[in-house]
Amino acid sequence: MTDPDKTTERRTAGAFDIRYIIAALIGAYGVVLVVLGLINTTDSDLAKADGLNVNLWAGLGMIVAAALFALWAKMKPTVVPDDFEE
Amino acid sequence: MILAASDTFRLDANAVDYALIALYFAFVLGIGLAAKRQVSTSIDFFLSGRSLPAWVTGLAFISANLGAVEIIGMSANGAQYGMATMHYFWIGAVPAMLFLGIVMMPFYYGSGVRSVPEFMRRRFGTGAHLVNALSFAVAQLLIAGINLYLLATIVNRLLGWPLWLSLILAAAVVLSYTALGGLSAAIYNEVLQFFVIVAALLPLTIVALNKVGGWDGVKERVQPNAEQLSSWPATDLTGIDSPLLSVIGLVFGLGFVLSFGYWTTNFVEVQRAMASSSVSAARRSPIIGAFPKMFIPFIVVIPGIIAAIIVPEIAELKSGGSAGEVEYNDVMLLLIRDLLPNGMLGVAIAGLLASFMAGMAANISAFNTVFSYDLWQTYVVKDKPDSYYTTVGRVATVGATLTAIGTAVFAAGYSNLMDYLQLLFGFFNAPLFATFILGMFWKRMTASAGWAGLVSGTVAAVLVAYLSEDAFGGLSVGVIGLSGQGASFVAAGAAFFVDIAVSIVVSMMTRPRVESELEGLVYSLTPGATLKDDEAEQHSWFQSPTKLAGIGLVIIIVLNIVFA
Repeated sequence: MTDPDKTTERRTAGAFDIRYIIAALIGAYGVVLVVLGLINTTDSDLAKADGLNVNLWAGLGMIVAAALFALWAKMKPTVVPDDFEE
Repeated sequence: MILAASDTFRLDANAVDYALIALYFAFVLGIGLAAKRQVSTSIDFFLSGRSLPAWVTGLAFISANLGAVEIIGMSANGAQYGMATMHYFWIGAVPAMLFLGIVMMPFYYGSGVRSVPEFMRRRFGTGAHLVNALSFAVAQLLIAGINLYLLATIVNRLLGWPLWLSLILAAAVVLSYTALGGLSAAIYNEVLQFFVIVAALLPLTIVALNKVGGWDGVKERVQPNAEQLSSWPATDLTGIDSPLLSVIGLVFGLGFVLSFGYWTTNFVEVQRAMASSSVSAARRSPIIGAFPKMFIPFIVVIPGIIAAIIVPEIAELKSGGSAGEVEYNDVMLLLIRDLLPNGMLGVAIAGLLASFMAGMAANISAFNTVFSYDLWQTYVVKDKPDSYYTTVGRVATVGATLTAIGTAVFAAGYSNLMDYLQLLFGFFNAPLFATFILGMFWKRMTASAGWAGLVSGTVAAVLVAYLSEDAFGGLSVGVIGLSGQGASFVAAGAAFFVDIAVSIVVSMMTRPRVESELEGLVYSLTPGATLKDDEAEQHSWFQSPTKLAGIGLVIIIVLNIVFA
């Protein structure tokens, strides 16, 4: 069970790993929503959702999801195959 | 009616919402540009260099289907029919996806074909191939147009932009990333879209549940009665009065013929799995996709059910009253309008736009592959260097997008006609599964049987629809007392059995193909090694397609029992 790839150095997809891209977008959404939830929640917003601060909680959830994606990408990086030079 | 956008649907999007939407588009185009750097051969462009991990292709597999028709249509069905709508996911998708991964994918991936029609050509030759490739290509243009039209309608209703401007802008975005990065760009965007859709719909569902008083609140307040909370026997949905026949119709019509026909032969879906890095990953794609697919209805159908309780216009519509210009299709929009504050509103609009672009981009990327490989390279210009066909693919992408704009404008004027056309193309799908499955397991099946089965099966389906009460609207004559979904289940069933019968009879009368030509295409003539995964021994249990599919099957059965 020798793996020929193991002898050569492996390149990872790095920042172009789709998981970092997902983490970046969802994380950015999360931060904006949390800020909005903290500074810009009106009474009518609260009334709409029966007292729930939607932006704050959704934002926190997104930040957690983004962190999990980033963590997953860091723990198991995508390896670019050798014949994939371009 | 739709063109005159009224204030009912206008959402008060502010600068932050627009910024969040713009950020999403920046990511979409960025992915297109990044993917372009990796395209050097036509296989890169059309099949992502067959290099993607299974979780990516698995999510793309369901995301390609999570377009406008699904989100808008299934939330509308949820509002109208309640939990019975779950069948479209639990009966009408998941079993077929598992079957594709376990039984059929080894032939698709292992034979090295580049498209589903190409498999048809290798197995049955030109006749069946032309029927399959042409009907598929035309259907994709049609559906891309419908997705585009729905997308532009949403932009028009939510933000008040003129319909023509929304049409052109939406088409330009889809075109730019699919033409640049090919299938990789489409697939990576589909994965991103999937998470944006979840980020939009999951909070919406939770807020809606909170507002209605939790699941208990739904149980207490759902109208007209508690039957809407049980998924079986779904007599409302099928339009079949007898509960037993309704269940049979669901299991065989929707669960077997329609869904197997769609999920196992539709190149839009199969193309995603073909882009994976190994047979094993290709098999796992639809199986991995099946897991989120089981739970998507909780954030699509459930909001629909709740909207029929808490959105006044929909509640009015459901109790038989008239709600002005509001239709069931507006469920999602009205729920967003009533529940979400600025900020989350932007994410929700981005999610809806994401979903509609996912649908359209999937249609276009499947179209350009079939057009370039199956039509252009096979019948028109044969022996050109590989780079030529990548260029053909890019040109086809532009052509398909322009055609989709035309179809969308047409759809705006003749929406009923579009429904029937879509139905008609559904009939092409119905017999495909019969031909494929017979061809994969019966080496005696001949080339003539291939096209004869397809054509006669399609004719049978159209005939049943014509004889039913309303499958073709005013054109149906009503000889068979079937309507609604029930009629299309029976039509699909007829297509399946006629296809099988004709294929067997014709095969018996014509000369079978030489066995050596069928290696890799027919089960009994394919060496076991090609169908198995060479790396299977290195895999952990959760990478085994069969074990994963077994777990999926158990969950689906449990879900059906819990919500029966």
